[in-house]
Amino acid sequence: MTIAVVRFPGSNCDDDARHAFEFVLGAPVRYVWHRETSLGRADAVVLPGGFSYGDYLRGGALAALSPVMEAVRSFAAHGGPVLGICNGWQILTEAHLLPGQLARNPALHFKCQDVWLRVERDDLPFTRRYRKDQLLRLPIAHNEGRFYLDEATLARLEQRGQVVFRYVDAAGEPTAEANANGSVGNIAGVTNEAGNVLGMMPHPERAVETLLGSADGAPLLQGVLDSLAGGRPAA
Amino acid sequence: MSTHQRAAAFGLSEAELGRVAEHLGREPNDLEAGVFGALWSEHCGYKNSKPLLRRLPTEGPQVLQGPGENAGVVDIGDGWAVAFKMESHNHPSAVEPVQGAATGVGGILRDIFAMGARPVAVLDSLRFGGPEDARNRFLLHGVVEGISLYGNAVGVPTVGGEIGFHPCYRENPLVNVMALGFMRHDEIKRGTVGKAGNSVIYVGSKTGRDGLGGAVFASADLSEASGADRPAVQVGDPFMEKLLLEACLEAYARDLVAGVQDMGAAGLSSSVAEMAHRAGLGVDLYLDRVPRREEGMSALEVMLSESQERMLLTAAPGREGELLALLEHWELDAQAIGVVKPHGRLRLYDGQRLLGDLPVAALNEPPTYTRDGTEDAETARLRRARLSVPETSDPAGALLRLLESPTIACKEAVFRRYDHQVMTNTVVLPGQADAAVLRVKGTPLGVAATVDCNPRYVWLEPRLGAAHAVAEAARNLSCVGATPLGVTDNLNFGNPYLPEVYYQLQQAVEGLTEACRALDTPVVGGNVSLYNQYRDGSGYRAIHPTPTVGMVGVLPDIERRATMGLKRDGDVILLIGPALGELGASEMLYRLHGLEAGSPPPLDLEVEAAVQRVARTLIQEGTCDTAHDVSDGGLAVALAEMAIEGGRGLQVSLAPFEGAREDAALFGEAPARIVLALAGDSAERAEARCRAAGVPCQRLGVSGGDALRVRTSRGAFSVPVASLVASYHRPLRDALG
Repeated sequence: MTIAVVRFPGSNCDDDARHAFEFVLGAPVRYVWHRETSLGRADAVVLPGGFSYGDYLRGGALAALSPVMEAVRSFAAHGGPVLGICNGWQILTEAHLLPGQLARNPALHFKCQDVWLRVERDDLPFTRRYRKDQLLRLPIAHNEGRFYLDEATLARLEQRGQVVFRYVDAAGEPTAEANANGSVGNIAGVTNEAGNVLGMMPHPERAVETLLGSADGAPLLQGVLDSLAGGRPAA
Repeated sequence: MSTHQRAAAFGLSEAELGRVAEHLGREPNDLEAGVFGALWSEHCGYKNSKPLLRRLPTEGPQVLQGPGENAGVVDIGDGWAVAFKMESHNHPSAVEPVQGAATGVGGILRDIFAMGARPVAVLDSLRFGGPEDARNRFLLHGVVEGISLYGNAVGVPTVGGEIGFHPCYRENPLVNVMALGFMRHDEIKRGTVGKAGNSVIYVGSKTGRDGLGGAVFASADLSEASGADRPAVQVGDPFMEKLLLEACLEAYARDLVAGVQDMGAAGLSSSVAEMAHRAGLGVDLYLDRVPRREEGMSALEVMLSESQERMLLTAAPGREGELLALLEHWELDAQAIGVVKPHGRLRLYDGQRLLGDLPVAALNEPPTYTRDGTEDAETARLRRARLSVPETSDPAGALLRLLESPTIACKEAVFRRYDHQVMTNTVVLPGQADAAVLRVKGTPLGVAATVDCNPRYVWLEPRLGAAHAVAEAARNLSCVGATPLGVTDNLNFGNPYLPEVYYQLQQAVEGLTEACRALDTPVVGGNVSLYNQYRDGSGYRAIHPTPTVGMVGVLPDIERRATMGLKRDGDVILLIGPALGELGASEMLYRLHGLEAGSPPPLDLEVEAAVQRVARTLIQEGTCDTAHDVSDGGLAVALAEMAIEGGRGLQVSLAPFEGAREDAALFGEAPARIVLALAGDSAERAEARCRAAGVPCQRLGVSGGDALRVRTSRGAFSVPVASLVASYHRPLRDALG
């Protein structure tokens, strides 16, 4: 089993993703440079956080045009699990592998803090180790995390259950105050219709060891490994 | 043009220009004079501070690299080392705060990875005029944005720091940035050209006119006309920095690099001259090969440009082709621009045409100056002034006003804008403790870091105040359970040609020397920023002297550490160290009575060392997980911060201070004081350790409840934790909007 972590120029959570998968969960990781046209042998793909190409144009806009993205597109089309975290979600959105758009935070500045998330569905490879409505404590760190799409598309997204995580308060309510970046519907993470591509703003890979405050992100990554191991939770 | 004018045009005195001519055996041409001027500037050559800096202790068994390289390096055990350094970007930030601060971060990160270390953390020490003024808020905003945009994008967390406010910084804010990097002992790189025959490689951004003459700019008085110096401020590109960082680290790992240095102040001139000097060799440099982003640049402009995100490498013998290919893979502009020669000269060519021929040694050995300093009479009078202020009848109100002092107040509104968790090493987050704590992956070790200075102390008594800065930095580290290892200092002072400023500098260096010796924290690197001043009536006045101390320490077992927040109800609140604080030079006098007067509290470095050792030992052996040092605002503020951070109250009695003024007991300041919170039997153990070490120790009370309740000799008062929180958070939230 190999996890491919794609490195774009300017990715900066690539090593955090590798550490989480390889050193904490014991799953080997291979870096794939953005110029490569094949992912090689890969069982799951991670697009890590960072500032690809400096995000000088718009978060993820240039990285979405990188040669490797054709391979990611094809991998996703064949049902392979793809996880985009933070800038990775922006890239998936810009590449139209996920719906919507990520705009600048309403406060117009970078925000780094822990947030509460509510798990909206627990039947995805990414969420099979969570229970629906479970609350997670995960860090966010971004400038452009305000999820936006028009009302009709939002309604369709909700109806099809593509919302995976929402920003909530400590009681699990999606209040305006708990909405860390003004996202529509307090949305913190979405999946595609098939449920094999997940984009999320919070950083599960930063929350896999209690030493750093929270290990609530570990079940997400472990869930991916479980699904690859053949549907049963890996030992 | 007179000789005087010609010298001045290159930032030299007439006598200095004469010395250049002696070194050359002829009159220098403009290119040569310009390169000398930049390298002999205060910023590069330290000509006014070097003789003083020689006093600082720089050696110890833990020191792997002392001053003189891109950064200092200390041993943390298990074959691991920490490279660290602090540098100022004060003048650029005064003119253009966003880019000034951003490029400050960029420059210090390059110093760290030039040592072969991977940068893992940034801390900043910032000073502004009061946040009630719109222009000061503009500067604060800009600097925070600059640090945020650069550090976040490169992906190095900003894990701590300090922010102070005083009117003396209103035109001349201080932006001191410290960075740390981790590496194995055998990975240390040095800024040397290596051997004759090596190829000199330029990599990174193209060279433009930005930052032209920055070193000279930073070495001159900041004045109204400085706005016109905007081209002297560089523009940062964190994306380019990230590529450079990854490319360099990969090149080192593959043994492709003989030596490396950042092109910082004075650009190509200083990097090539210093690298050649460390090897005792020379370089033939072909300026026509330097990648440029502008047409028509003169040779001198190319040599002095401070365009950001550029490194100078020398290729390991026979590996030039591989090195260039690797740099290209990282999508970087790289170019061989010179060859290392045995001749000890820096020869500058345009194609075959020799434009300048400079002796490398002379470039690196600027004339140095020592002068007589005299203490400012008015400051001396203020220090000796008898303090007669009325005691407050409202200690609860006074406490809230101190928590609302922007210097004391919570800095969360600022550090939320910094990514403090990327790289997944940050174990103690900003605001949780007196120092930041990082883990070292794959080891049980932790590394703690802090930056500190109380400029009011230094202003009133420079020698004592500077020693306090070292003592407090070490205390901060001890309060998280770290053993202090080394110091990087950033000396921010006024114009050294003024005898009063020179006195401050001289005395402050003495104070640093004494304290660093006593606390076994050698100075392994640093930076000097002079000519920091503000307008006062018709003339200019120096800022409060601000020798910022950055300190790094090691935790042998990261699982055993302390933070300041109260963690349980029923913990014993223990004060270790001398009990009573003093009013002189205190934040209380300033904030409540508008006075900057009196002497800073005396500092007994032996007592300080003993108190810190006890606290550290208790934490390292697992007896104690809650500790906080008593600093600005005294004991009451320290207790309030422990309550705020822990989200629970406490009740204490200050009866042990019977007979003292109530405000001195509550808000007076003194060094060597640490508050611990421990479960009952642990408290007894702590008391026994204090007795054994001869360290005074008092039980003040117990944690619990939802208020801070204090009984003093004059009565009792209480403040709900929620009110403490509100006051503590207000100033910076308001200032940043």
